[in-house]
Amino acid sequence: MSHTQDHADEPHLIPYGTYIGIWLALCMLTLVTVGVSYADMRHMTIIVALLIACAKSTLVVLWFMHVKFENRAIWWFLIATILTYVTFVILTFADYSFR
Amino acid sequence: MSNAAAHDDHHAHYGVPGYDPVAWKMGMWLFLFTELLLFGAVFIAYAVYLETYTWHFTVGSAQLSIPIGTFNTLVLLTSSLTMALSIAALQRGKKELSIKLLDMTVACAGLFCVVKAFEWGAKFEHGIYPGSEHLLAMARGEQMFFGLYFTMTGIHALHVIIGAALILWVRARIKSGAVSTERITFLDNIGLYWHLVDLIWIFLFPLIYLVA
Repeated sequence: MSHTQDHADEPHLIPYGTYIGIWLALCMLTLVTVGVSYADMRHMTIIVALLIACAKSTLVVLWFMHVKFENRAIWWFLIATILTYVTFVILTFADYSFR
Repeated sequence: MSNAAAHDDHHAHYGVPGYDPVAWKMGMWLFLFTELLLFGAVFIAYAVYLETYTWHFTVGSAQLSIPIGTFNTLVLLTSSLTMALSIAALQRGKKELSIKLLDMTVACAGLFCVVKAFEWGAKFEHGIYPGSEHLLAMARGEQMFFGLYFTMTGIHALHVIIGAALILWVRARIKSGAVSTERITFLDNIGLYWHLVDLIWIFLFPLIYLVA
């Protein structure tokens, strides 16, 4: 990250092949999610599906959205937003579960 | 004042006055976070009702076509790839290639919307649309499922349409030279918006189609 900050002015060039690799990984993960959904795992189905979705979104955010090479401030933005959202989810379910 | 001018000079990237990619991108990210929280709220509503009406949501979800949903997921992932490649091409000064890749992105967006329209159309034909008699006769949990289904995919499809319009706009600006290798942030930001649309679908797809 310090490397990218020293050269914040220059766009970080990612090879075309890297993007195609990420795309292939995303397509594979999509097929895995669909395959897994046919296996009868009851409550685990949704959890596995969400974990795969998290893995896919991490790939999109880091590579397609370039966050991997982004300014430190954007990292903090992202962390703050995710924590805010997780707080909402926890508060909602804390309220909902104890009614 | 002179201090501010010196500061401006320091941030004048590639010698283009008034061009500050870092600030532009930060502004875009802040906007994207408001979008995340918009969809996030609906996702929380979905999670709560999924918990309440698990069985009815399963029945509702079973009425959706997994192959169609999977196909549309792959279409959207491909559009994200062509968007990322378009930025990579313009970074390397390949204007024509960049424009071609944007065209492919818009084509994918169009295909996604057409498939979505057919999907909705099939539901309408079966009498399932917001406020329909058939829907109101269903169990409450199924009404909730289809209500959330139309709301979530509807807001998402709206974002796809807006995204496609923005891509056509940036395409015109690349063509005119207003957006170029030296002034690429506008394209970067439209790309970020497009990837966000993809990102939301990544969560929508398993939650709506695969809970059966």
